[in-house]
Order: sequence, then structure tokens, then C-alpha cells
Amino acid sequence: MSQETIKLKIKRQDNPRSKSYWQEFEIPYQPLSNVISCLQDIQKSPVAANDLGVDPVIWDCSCLEEVCGSCTMLINGRVRQACTALVDQIEKPIVLEPMSKFPVIRDLMVDRNRMFRALKKVKAWVDIDGSQDLGEGPIMSDHIRATRYTLSECMTCGCCLEACPQYTKDNSFLGAAAFSQVRLFNLHPTGAMNADERLEEVMGKGGIADCGNAQACVEACPKNIPLTDSIADISRQTSLKLLKDLLLK
Amino acid sequence: MAKRKKKIIIVGGGLAGLSAAMKICESNAEVIIVAYQSLKRSHSVCAQGGINAAIDSKGEGDSPENHFYDTIKGGDFLAEQPLVRDMCYKAPSIIHLMDRMGVAFNRTSEGHLAFRRFGGTLYSRTAFSGATTGQQLVYSLDEQIRKYEHDGMVQKMVWHEYLGAVLDSKGICRGAIIHDLRTNEVFTLAGDAVILATGGPSQVYAGSTASTVNTGAAATMAYMQGAKYANGEFIQIHPTAIPGRDKLRLMSESARGEGGRIWVPKRADDNRDPLNIPEMERYYFLEEKYPLFGNLVPRDVASREIYDVVYNQNLGIGGQPMVYLDLTHKSKEFLQDRLGGILDIYKKFTGDDPKVTPMKIFPAVHYSMGGLWTDYETDSEGMIEPKSPRNQMTSIQGLYAAGEADCHYHGANRLGANSLLSCIYTGLMMGPGVLSYADNISQSADSVPSSVFSDAKTYWRGRFKSISKMRGRENPYKLHRELGEMMMANVLIVRDNKTLDKAYNSISDFETRMKDINCVDSNDWANPTPSFINQLYCMIQLCKIITKGALMRDEFRGAHYKPEFDLKQPKDFDPHEYIHYQEQLNFGEVSADAFPKSHLDYMKRFEANNKKWLKTSIAQFKNNQPNITYADVNTSLVIPRPRKYD
Repeated sequence: MSQETIKLKIKRQDNPRSKSYWQEFEIPYQPLSNVISCLQDIQKSPVAANDLGVDPVIWDCSCLEEVCGSCTMLINGRVRQACTALVDQIEKPIVLEPMSKFPVIRDLMVDRNRMFRALKKVKAWVDIDGSQDLGEGPIMSDHIRATRYTLSECMTCGCCLEACPQYTKDNSFLGAAAFSQVRLFNLHPTGAMNADERLEEVMGKGGIADCGNAQACVEACPKNIPLTDSIADISRQTSLKLLKDLLLK
Repeated sequence: MAKRKKKIIIVGGGLAGLSAAMKICESNAEVIIVAYQSLKRSHSVCAQGGINAAIDSKGEGDSPENHFYDTIKGGDFLAEQPLVRDMCYKAPSIIHLMDRMGVAFNRTSEGHLAFRRFGGTLYSRTAFSGATTGQQLVYSLDEQIRKYEHDGMVQKMVWHEYLGAVLDSKGICRGAIIHDLRTNEVFTLAGDAVILATGGPSQVYAGSTASTVNTGAAATMAYMQGAKYANGEFIQIHPTAIPGRDKLRLMSESARGEGGRIWVPKRADDNRDPLNIPEMERYYFLEEKYPLFGNLVPRDVASREIYDVVYNQNLGIGGQPMVYLDLTHKSKEFLQDRLGGILDIYKKFTGDDPKVTPMKIFPAVHYSMGGLWTDYETDSEGMIEPKSPRNQMTSIQGLYAAGEADCHYHGANRLGANSLLSCIYTGLMMGPGVLSYADNISQSADSVPSSVFSDAKTYWRGRFKSISKMRGRENPYKLHRELGEMMMANVLIVRDNKTLDKAYNSISDFETRMKDINCVDSNDWANPTPSFINQLYCMIQLCKIITKGALMRDEFRGAHYKPEFDLKQPKDFDPHEYIHYQEQLNFGEVSADAFPKSHLDYMKRFEANNKKWLKTSIAQFKNNQPNITYADVNTSLVIPRPRKYD
């Protein structure tokens, strides 16, 4: 009896300097499979479809429940998390590629350090006086909290940047994720005290003005973060600041 | 002369590690954070429902003392009481601190913090940020650390793995051996102290809610280097998880905190759509058996009851090991607001919308109450001495542990929403002590003979070289799965000595097979397999600790359930009787007619059992086996008594 199988076509690369190549795999079908479990099956039996033993495929993952942001990759050409890509719901053969906007480390694993540098640049934090007991935090309406929560679900996964036509490997565009974090912290009563500093960071080269308004980011976000609202809001905030700076000169 | 800056190495970028880093940075010490992966990706992000603090915003009469009592009772009296008391009293200020840092905690109509109910308590004590509270807390701490990084006070060493402590000739920890997961280089870092905030070991089980990084390898390595590992046999099985192949995803206790009900059809062969099964034909077994706590009994109790319904009463849905967790009686708006994140996850992985149809869930391995044994010091009032270098220090001088990697805060069973608290509490609490230790060590790391470091480096380089060359027949990833399945089959919810004995013996088969391993990846760049093989070796040692601890502990306490040693609490027993009994004992004689005979007999059994078993089990690595001894638990504040939740 022939057993049902899952076919995968995976773009591989041995190290950051080497050339990429394609490899095909065929593994037994099992119910409840997702792309992660397929890659785990390959680890358990690293044999390519031509029966040749190969190195297991390397990818990033951790939580496997779409909250850590690790396992982003291109699945059938679309950027998404591998953990929520259920085999029963996607087209076969499954084509896996690393994200194209970040340097490849190995196979499907990429280096997203640029995203974390951007968070540092836009000062994505609330400047507190210290961790000593200073009593309650600021009173905040649940409405503002709800908006902030949605923005704060960003897991730095990179989907929005992979989808963005403006974001390239060699430019300095900060991208939707960072802009949205500026909004998140400018919405906080204490965070707002440093709002201008954050806005200054997104007003220069690679900043908010470079956004081409393609709106691809919001489509790609696995957490449904209203990224285009954030971009519009930060554009408004920077315009106001420009005006204010001019008037007060 | 300016004092030399202290250098502290923190391993792990989850809540405990980041909290410790923040506290230590504030004292102007140099901090290096070593982590497997970028800092927003640690397992702490998986915590969903919330974090406990008795702020009593609803005027229910809650207090830190109540929180303390619930935690101790929830842990079946095995937790270290002075530490738990300090944690519960600090909890409100911890929540306020996190709130000041910008955590998007849900709020009341007036704009104060909102609280919801969780298991093991009758109070609304759990602050929450939607259904991704752990993620939100990690992010806020990560942001503070990013500020310190911006200011040049923190060095992040991500994509690096901790392999072990560098110990000098006196056995004092002088730094860490680090493995670069990209270049595969092995090197040492000197430091005045090393903190292991490396999380739990749930990957030793094949069906767990753990992240892939939760191998427990760092803590196990400390154990193999001489540190004591305590209460390893106490593994929490979370009652509600979503079945899956690569992992069992958690369905938060907050689903029940917000009104979720657990039930099965009364008839085993009832294959109707759950929505078509009338109320009368549903068996709400937790509500029936535990009218007071209902669906919010502690996790050990809920998991055992689900197990009993499925395997002993054969009432699992459609004959499968699953029960319903039902939220469909709540409005969709309410559910989206309070539980949106986790309900979306359920939908993404199963295709079913929990707002419309009841979820199907089953217990899964979730948390280790045990971990590295750590010390602490109390002041004359019995409170934790805030600057004591002993706080959170393992039995290796200079090596500290915090978070799920430690052992004292949850006893035999952890209450929901206490783990985030214990992670942040231990991280913050240990900071001043670690620094005072670093201030007072007689010999700084700089003056330790360089051979201490070079020897460690040589050993580990050699070890990795030989692992890379292994070309046996065993695939390490397959072997790991088999080990995890063996643990699932033998060391889970219901335990018995015959099975445990067999399981313990079978671990040596895995050890033998380890020798025949194939390092399946030959690349010398970004190759995770040699690391994984080393971690697998640690996981085998960890399985021995857990299994032997379970085998030796002949009692039923919290998550460690051995039916053979169940003391059989009489149905109409009231735990207050035990307090009266103790009072009478203290006054001399227990009058013959003070208690029903069956109750008196039970209390005598309970007392005798506690005398023997109310102890912390301590595993020490000897001749490749855990040597287990028992140490007294500090129960000076609350008298251990029988637990009851109905």
C-alpha cells in the first residue's frame, strides 16, 4: 500500500557567503502536521528525495505557537510563521525559502539584528526613574490600553519588512515595525515625555517620509497590527512637530 | 582609586534574567546577557493568563497574607515559606513597577489595573495583559535592557549557549564557558558571579507546552558540576492544552478564570455536536466534585480529574483522550477582549472557533516546580535579608539561579499566574545580594590563575570536537523523541513504583545508545546538532533525577500522585479539624471523642506521612547517578495541613 507523503522543496544555503541551492524532500504524511513538524521529521531522517543523506535543514524556532516571532520564512512564496502553517491548509509541494530582506545565516535562518537596532534607534522604551517602589503607574483609560496592547503584540518577526517594497537589504529604511513602536511609546503617559526624541529619530534618512504607502506591511502582519494606522499617525505626529519647530524657532 | 566595576554574567533572556539584569545595571555593574536567541524570543513569552498580586482592587478582602497561604496550600506545603511570603508581599510593588514600565495591563473603567480569577484561589488576584501577559512582561523588561544597552551598560551575547561554569581549585564559580552557535567557537568569560536564569526542563517530555529551547541543560550541567538539584520529581501537568504534533499548545487557565467550563458528554458513545448536547446530558465533573472552587481547582487536581474521567471512566470525547473546555456561553466581544490572543491561537491550530464551539483539550507537561537548590538568608524578623549574598545562590559559590531554574517557590504544585511573579521576584530580589557577593569575594576573577580558564576551554573544545566526529547509528533527534515518549508513558500524572523502576532502568539503555550517536550535521558553521547532542546528554541525566526522585518518594503530594500512598481523606473531613487536633496535641492529650474515629485515624496518617515526607528532595551527582537525600522544609509560618478544595 502506498503511503501518503508530504513533498517539500527547500532553498538551502550552507553559510552567509556560499551560493543557495534547492533540495527536495518527501516525508510520510501525518495528521496535525505543520511546517515545523515537517522540518523536525527531516531532522530525524535527513535524507533528500533522491535518497541522498544530507545535513538537516536549519531554521529558527522556539515557542511554536506564534508568540515568539522566531520561525518567519517564505512558505509558498508568502512570508509567515512556520508554526501556524498547517500542512492540511497549504498547497503542496510546500516551497520553503528564507526571508529575502535579511542576511541568510544558514538555510532558512536569517539575521534580523537590524530590527533590534531599529528599536534601539527609536528609543522604544519608557524611561522610568528606576525599579525601586515608587507606587502605582499612571492612570490610563482601557481604550488607550487596548490600542497600546494591539501595537505591543509585535514580536519582531519581520513579516512586515519582508513584504515592504521600500525595505531593502542595502538601504536604511526603518520600516513599519519600528514606526509602530514609536506610536506605542508615544501613547504612554510617561513614554510621551520623550515623544519628540522618538519622532526626531524617524524624521531623518530612512524615516517615515520614505514610506511609499504600499500597505503591504499590514497585510503580512500575523498579529493583525494596524501598521498603516501607525504609519499615518506617526506621519501626523512628525508633521505637527515640524510645524511646531518652525513656529517656535 | 575608582573601584573596579563588577562583572555579572546572566544566562537567559527571559523574565528572571532580564529582571536581574535590570536590577544589577541600576547599581552600575557590568552585565553580560548570554542567550540562545534574540531577547524577545524566550519561553517566558508563552505565559498567557497573568501575574498574581494581592492588590484587592475589588474590595474582596484579599491580602498578601492570603496570597501567601493560597500559594503554600496550592504547593501542598512543600514550598519554602519565608521566601514565598516575601514574594507575595512584594508582588503588588512588582505589578506597579511593570505598569510604570508600560506593560499594557487591562484596566478598569476608572483606569486602574483590572484583575481576574485564576486557579487555587477564591480572589480576583491576577493582573493581565490580554492573553499574552508573559509576552508583554518580557517586552517591557527587554525595553529597559535596551535602554541600558543604548547607554553602554549591557552587552548582549545572543546566539550563544552556556556550557558550564568555570570553577577554580576551591570550586568557586569564576565565569562561564560559552559556545558561539554560529561560528561554533568555544570560549570562556570571566565574571564575578554567574546567574542561571535558564528556564525549565519540559523538553524531557515528548508532550509538553515547552519551547524548543527548554531542555534544562544549563541547570543539569550545574548539577553535574556539583550543584544540588531539588524536588525534580515535581512536574506540573497543565490540565488544558491543545493536541498537536510538534508541541502541545497551552490553553490558558484564564479561559476558566473568565468563566470557561470543563465537561464531557455523560454517555461515552454520544457523538453529537457538543452544541446539540443538552445541559442535562453533560457531565461538569469539576463543578460537581468541587462546588467551592469548581473549574478553578489547582492544576494538579484538575489534571488528575480529567485523567480519571478519560481513562478510568472512559468518558473522553468520542473515545479520545480529550474533554471540552467551553466558553460559548460568553459573548464574543467579551471573549475577544479578555482572551482574544489565545482563542485566535486555538482557531489557527485547529480550525475551530472557540467562541462558537467548545474547545477540545487534554493535559500536557508544563512546568517544573523543582530545579537548582538555592540558598537564602532571613533577618531577625524572619524576613528575607535583602542584600545577603546567599539569596538565590546555588550550592556552588558564585553560581546563582532564578526563575523556573530554581526550586523553592511552588512546592509540589504551582498555582497559575505565580510563575511570572516568581521569575520577576527572584530576578529583582537576587540583584543586591549578587552585587554584595561580588563586592566581598576575597579574590576577583581577574586574579584567578589563567589555567582555570584555559583548562575549561580545552576540555569543552575537546568534547565538542569528539561529538562532531560521532558517526554511529542513532539519530539524536529521534533518540530525544523516544526518551520523551518513555517519560510520558512512565513518569506522568499517575505514578507507581513498578513502572518507575522499569523507567529508571531503561534510562541506562538511552545512555548506551548515546554512545552510538550520529552527529547528523557536518557543517562547521551554525550547526546546532553538536549542541543538541550535548543537551540530550544533559536531558538523560535530568530524566534520572526526575524518575529516581519519583521512585523514592512514597507518598502523594501535589503533582506527585502515587495512588498506592493516597492517605484517603474522609469525604466529610474539614481541614480545620487538623488545626484543632494540633492544638490539642500541643496541650497534651487528644480526647478520645473529639473527632470521628475515621478522621482521627486519617489525621494520624497525615501527620506520620508529613514527618517522613514533608522534605525537599536533594539530588547530587555521584558516579553518574543522582544520589538523593532529604532536607527539612521551612514551615515556620503556616502549619501544614490537609488540602481540600470542595
